[in-house]
Amino acid sequence: MTLAGPAVPRILIVDDEAPARARLRDLLDECRPSMPLAVVDEAKNGREALEVLNREKVDIVLLDIRMPEMDGMEAARHIAGMPEPPAIIFTTAFDSYAIKAFELNAIDYLLKPIRLERLLTALRKAHAAPPVSQAALQAAANQPRRHLSVHERGKIHLVPIADVLYLRAELKYVTVRTLEREYLVEESLTSLETEFEPLFVRIHRNCLVARTAIAGFERNADEAESGWAVVVKGTGEKLAVSRRQQHVVKQFR
Amino acid sequence: MPNFCNLGVMLRSLVVANAFVAAAAFLKTPSWTALPVELLATASFAEPVLIVSLALLCAARVPLQRMGYAGAVAALAVAQLALVWLAYKVGTQLAEAPLSLGFAQAAVLTFFVTGCVLGYLDLRSRALEPAIAEARIQALQARIRPHFLYNSINAVLSLIRSEPRRAERALEDLADLFRVLMAENRTLAPLASEIELVRQYLALESLRLGERLRVAWQVDTMPADALVPPLVLQPLVENAVYHGIEPSPGGGEIGIVVAQAAGRLEMTLTNPWAVEGRQTAGNRMAIANIRERLQLHFDAEASMRSGVEDGIYRVTIRMPYIAEKAAP
Repeated sequence: MTLAGPAVPRILIVDDEAPARARLRDLLDECRPSMPLAVVDEAKNGREALEVLNREKVDIVLLDIRMPEMDGMEAARHIAGMPEPPAIIFTTAFDSYAIKAFELNAIDYLLKPIRLERLLTALRKAHAAPPVSQAALQAAANQPRRHLSVHERGKIHLVPIADVLYLRAELKYVTVRTLEREYLVEESLTSLETEFEPLFVRIHRNCLVARTAIAGFERNADEAESGWAVVVKGTGEKLAVSRRQQHVVKQFR
Repeated sequence: MPNFCNLGVMLRSLVVANAFVAAAAFLKTPSWTALPVELLATASFAEPVLIVSLALLCAARVPLQRMGYAGAVAALAVAQLALVWLAYKVGTQLAEAPLSLGFAQAAVLTFFVTGCVLGYLDLRSRALEPAIAEARIQALQARIRPHFLYNSINAVLSLIRSEPRRAERALEDLADLFRVLMAENRTLAPLASEIELVRQYLALESLRLGERLRVAWQVDTMPADALVPPLVLQPLVENAVYHGIEPSPGGGEIGIVVAQAAGRLEMTLTNPWAVEGRQTAGNRMAIANIRERLQLHFDAEASMRSGVEDGIYRVTIRMPYIAEKAAP
């Protein structure tokens, strides 16, 4: 296994059920004669999968959809944001919603129980084809992520949505502010607003504040347009509420 | 003959009969002011006959059942004639003024009301017959979660090479489970077989979920001969696994308590309430479906409650305890 050259695809198995992982291992063993490959590791949920990816170089992820803690859909979206993302092949026993979404967005998937021939075809295809696009995954997802992923020095860092105080767009990036620090993510403020619909409130063209992070409102004295400013819970920062969003203040007062 | 011991049937009979009593009193009175008195007079005569009739019908349910419908109606008519006569005798003894209702009139009124009640109940049961069939089909669709079937087959496939014996047992369980799922489930089945089914189902699930699935059974005192609607518990346990155990990485415990309490059968199912994940239509559908079937079988005598308390989701079902031998 360790002698595998660079051309040999390195595979990660992700499934919360031990028998399902064992079955995939058996099948991958059987693939070897017709397609050399290496099984890097196994993971029990999306979060563990991301940890493995931070450690190891992986070419193909076999990713179950329904898993506790972090499901396959969310994990895939974090993976797709990596600088050199591995190919993803979803596996599912039955999920009519996901399957429809995959068909619509041309995302490859395997139905459990998986057949050897189907697995081989999918592996070959995944090895050759470009990785699934972030946009396709976003379109296929039916619920918001529970984390934002920040890619720093080739590693995935997860920021729980619950920890985010506010999101502020600047030039190409969006700044994610938590109590401890700031992160940069390459996403659009508008799509973040849509995805996390009720959790954040827009107070400015370039700013979304978490409803739970609003400590209060203050009159903005020094500015010419004497508007309101949001006082951020925990940090005490003040964020200007734009003229167009003044109505937001009324919701909270 | 409908089951007159059933609370629903009793209530329906009382309501229909009293509506007639009120109507009769209304027709007989010339003025509004005399109506309460007339109502009271008719009721004082009609209620004892009505209540004793219902009590007799409940008490003599088993022999009446053996007579067949026509025989039972004839027996009821004879009994009622005697009752009316008795009520009439007692009435004339007690009342100072002569009764406003003649004996013949009273007898005709009683027969008419009885006929109407029986007719109504017969019509109702006929109307529900297709509903029972419909519920069966609905139940079938609601119950088999494809997710479970394919995942179980996948788990069995993974065992075939390494542990063929366990794989065999799992396939046998799966076959038993599907035999019940595919069967005509219109009649009540013994509680013991429902519990066995749930055990087989859980054995399959623990194949997949391993230590994540823990089950605490409390069924030592359950009346194994009680009759229950088939698949009254299994879909609920399936929901518990799907919504309570699978979304949690460490799994959790499912509690199943079946016991007899005050002549009634009580089943309680508990599982951890996972706030995350899709809490959905599937669960509500199973609950609605079971509630509907309970109602079809037991009318107002069965109840089903569900709710969340301290992070635990709990479903409690209460139904009459009908022992297998005494069943009609």
